[in-house]
Amino acid sequence: MAHIQIQNLRKEYKNRRQAKRGSDDPYRPEDWMTILDDINLEFQDGEMVCVLGPSGCGKSTLMRMIAGFDTPSAGKVLVDGKEVTGPSSEHIFVFQHSGLLPWMTIWQNAELGIRHLQDVQMKSQKIQEYIDMVELTGFEHHYPHQLSGGMQRRAELARALVVNPDMLIMDEPFNGLDFLTHLKIREEIVNMHQYFGKTTLMVTHDIDDGLLMGDRVVVLSGRPSHVKFNHKLDIPRPRGLKSSPALSELRDELFFMLGVSDAI
Amino acid sequence: MFGGWSEQVFPDPMKVARSLIELTLNGTLLKNSIASLYRVTAGFYLAVLLGVPLGIILGRVKLLRDIFTPLINFLRPISPLAWIPLAMLWFGIGDKPAIFLIFLASFFPLLIATTIAVLSINPIFFQVAANFNLSNLETVTKIIVPAIIPDVVTALRLTIAIAWLVVVAAEMIAVQSGLGYLILDSRNALRMDYVMVGMIMIGLLGVLLDSIMRQLALLASYKH
Repeated sequence: MAHIQIQNLRKEYKNRRQAKRGSDDPYRPEDWMTILDDINLEFQDGEMVCVLGPSGCGKSTLMRMIAGFDTPSAGKVLVDGKEVTGPSSEHIFVFQHSGLLPWMTIWQNAELGIRHLQDVQMKSQKIQEYIDMVELTGFEHHYPHQLSGGMQRRAELARALVVNPDMLIMDEPFNGLDFLTHLKIREEIVNMHQYFGKTTLMVTHDIDDGLLMGDRVVVLSGRPSHVKFNHKLDIPRPRGLKSSPALSELRDELFFMLGVSDAI
Repeated sequence: MFGGWSEQVFPDPMKVARSLIELTLNGTLLKNSIASLYRVTAGFYLAVLLGVPLGIILGRVKLLRDIFTPLINFLRPISPLAWIPLAMLWFGIGDKPAIFLIFLASFFPLLIATTIAVLSINPIFFQVAANFNLSNLETVTKIIVPAIIPDVVTALRLTIAIAWLVVVAAEMIAVQSGLGYLILDSRNALRMDYVMVGMIMIGLLGVLLDSIMRQLALLASYKH
């Protein structure tokens, strides 16, 4: 379904400030800013992968390249053995700040993926099914700005799932949500993953998100990023930070790796 | 009545009021108002029909934007009124040159406003479009047009005001009907009271046009 391989990936941006001073030469390395350097990763089909790392380390850039919105400077991204050449509805991206189209209702947004379906009744049924699943029943004909942040996130999830993608990519899906909503949606995403079994890639800066949600946790170093940590989590559910000692240990390890501590 | 003012400098308000009624009753005001409104409407619609789609194209295609921006920046500051001789040469006198002038006056502001509106669209929406395999046409109808409606409607409101100014000026030179012409003709006949009536009518119709556009703006804003 969606087996992902990232091989020798490098992404660099030309440093515009220096480039303006007349050095248009791509062979002058100091004029290029390398964000990702020699990234090698492999994700199995159906895995929930959480990508962590400090701000600006290129997590979002990496996700965008997997989704096909951006191209690597070197190396390649393969999905099911085929190189990614551009975006497609097989891999739906859930955006950091609402990617819902503000001039469309929740229903119309959800319909986007299956708009070409001839069977109107089936289409209608499907959309309703997913709206119900994300607990937005009754809000179908509301506009995004009429919903809270958490509800908007859920609507975007419904929109993503309606089209039955092979892969879901979520860029900091909890950004801007209050703590309680964050916890609730976190649980909903895990439940959804367990139910549908789709390969899900998630960027988050929250270590606990990674530990509680991921089948696999990847940590990127700072810019230029390489893979600092990439392990499958063999910790059974239900997982709890206090109830699973293995998790506790790993948590300390990750905190240390990222150079932070939760003790003040 | 306004003791000291010569009748030729400032017309007697009572006389103006009487003339207003006279010109309304004999149909002069109506005839000329319709003539001016017709020209403004025609020229404005042409400008919208051409300016908005071109603005969308320029907003999306960087190459065309780079090519045409210098030309646009050059043509834009040339007052539509400076085009009058050329307009008369190409279109003669009557409605056509006036409509052309209105078109010119409205086209550039609308083109530029639309281009800027398209450039300000949140790039995420184009990524969503690509993600869901939207065709180019679908991207225009489902993403670009709804996204730019508020800005474009604001531009329409500003531009109609410009168009209305231009039509009156154009009529003073190039045509033989309309409110601008009425004013010129009245002045030639030394009827300052008719001139005032003309001015009053221009002001009232200007308010009318603006309020129509304002309603449109309100309608568009409810969507967001």
